[in-house]
Amino acid sequence: MQLETLVIEFQKKDPLAFEKLYSMYSENICGVINTIVKNSELSQEICQDVFVKIWNNSDKYNASKGRFFTWILNIARNAAIDEVRSKSYKNTKKNLSADYFVGILEDSTNLDNKIDAIGIKKFLVHLKDKCVQIIELLYFKGYTQKEASEELDIPIGTVKTRNRSCISQLRKNVLN
Amino acid sequence: MNTEEYISSGKLELYVAGLLSEKENIQIHNDAKQYPELNKEIEAIEASILALSKAASPTMADGSFNNIKHKLNLAKETKVLQLPKQKANWTAYSGWAAAVIISAGLFWMYTQNQNLESQIQIVSQEKINLESQIENASNSLVESELLLNTIRDKNIAVVALGGQTISPTSYAKAYWNKVEKKVHIDAKGLPEPPDGFVYQVWSLKLNPLTPTSIGLLEDFKGDENKIFAFANPNESEAFGITLEPAGGSKSPNLEQLYTLGVAST
Repeated sequence: MQLETLVIEFQKKDPLAFEKLYSMYSENICGVINTIVKNSELSQEICQDVFVKIWNNSDKYNASKGRFFTWILNIARNAAIDEVRSKSYKNTKKNLSADYFVGILEDSTNLDNKIDAIGIKKFLVHLKDKCVQIIELLYFKGYTQKEASEELDIPIGTVKTRNRSCISQLRKNVLN
Repeated sequence: MNTEEYISSGKLELYVAGLLSEKENIQIHNDAKQYPELNKEIEAIEASILALSKAASPTMADGSFNNIKHKLNLAKETKVLQLPKQKANWTAYSGWAAAVIISAGLFWMYTQNQNLESQIQIVSQEKINLESQIENASNSLVESELLLNTIRDKNIAVVALGGQTISPTSYAKAYWNKVEKKVHIDAKGLPEPPDGFVYQVWSLKLNPLTPTSIGLLEDFKGDENKIFAFANPNESEAFGITLEPAGGSKSPNLEQLYTLGVAST
């Protein structure tokens, strides 16, 4: 079934369409959340809440304003960031970004969650640290271009072009 | 439109990240519809992010979607709701109790009424029986008085009929009113006739002996006072009673003569 049709059915509250979308995106969404909360059980818990929220707010999605994945990605990272903040971390985004998920993932022995460290390493081959940082900030942590430029201490125009070239490299890695 | 330039601008990557303005989003959405290569590029960018994020995913617990379905009440199985334990409703209980008591009372009163009605029926039946007994009694009293008056009449001659050879203990009496030419036979002293036989009363002339039948003591057994009335136009000199075959005989069987008495002149 076409993604568009599936989303329309889902917006009509068809549980089967919802289940299909869940099986398509749940691992990705849970993965994004996991990069933020860095706790397997907690991230799964938040992930479920995110899908509950997605179902309950299905009418708010508008295809003309963005990709379906982009919509749920935004909901997921907001939920994860809210969780981390409520956990009395009192973290700012700067604190949050202090450790990049890749660095932690590579040190997978310290994690209680089982991550396909080999898989992710494969994606990160030839990706420079600055690429890992910018991808994580823009996609997984929801930084605006301006925030990312401040965080990475680069001109705002560079954020867009650097991101472009980094994604290109990631795409190559994924294809390989 | 130069799609190459569009693609290399880096805008599509930001589009997937959700970092563009609403206006830009709508623009790209419409352009992607129009230019398939743009759409293809967007999908490829998304796919790379999907792959990366999937790699960061924790091992998903089994049945995770069932949990969501459960949370959303999408599960097909009916959710069992625990009903709050109801407080004892004493008003309702007492209402029911009153209803039960009243029903029982009504039933009891109904049976009582039935009993009384059947008793009334029995009593009124008894009353009818008693009334008819009283009527019978007064009837027999009237009859008795009538009989007594008949016997006391001054024109009555009483003839005692003594027992004869065949039945010495038998006796009878004849009350003869010569003026009215009637005779009453009191046959109380006769034994019950055997089946197929009947007593016959005879008026006798003695010289020479001439018997004339004056009647049969019909239904001897059923007659209570055993007093029988006959017309007697004869100049009787004696009365006799013989036992004859049912229906009576033309002349008396003197061997079966039970009683005989001579009238005084």
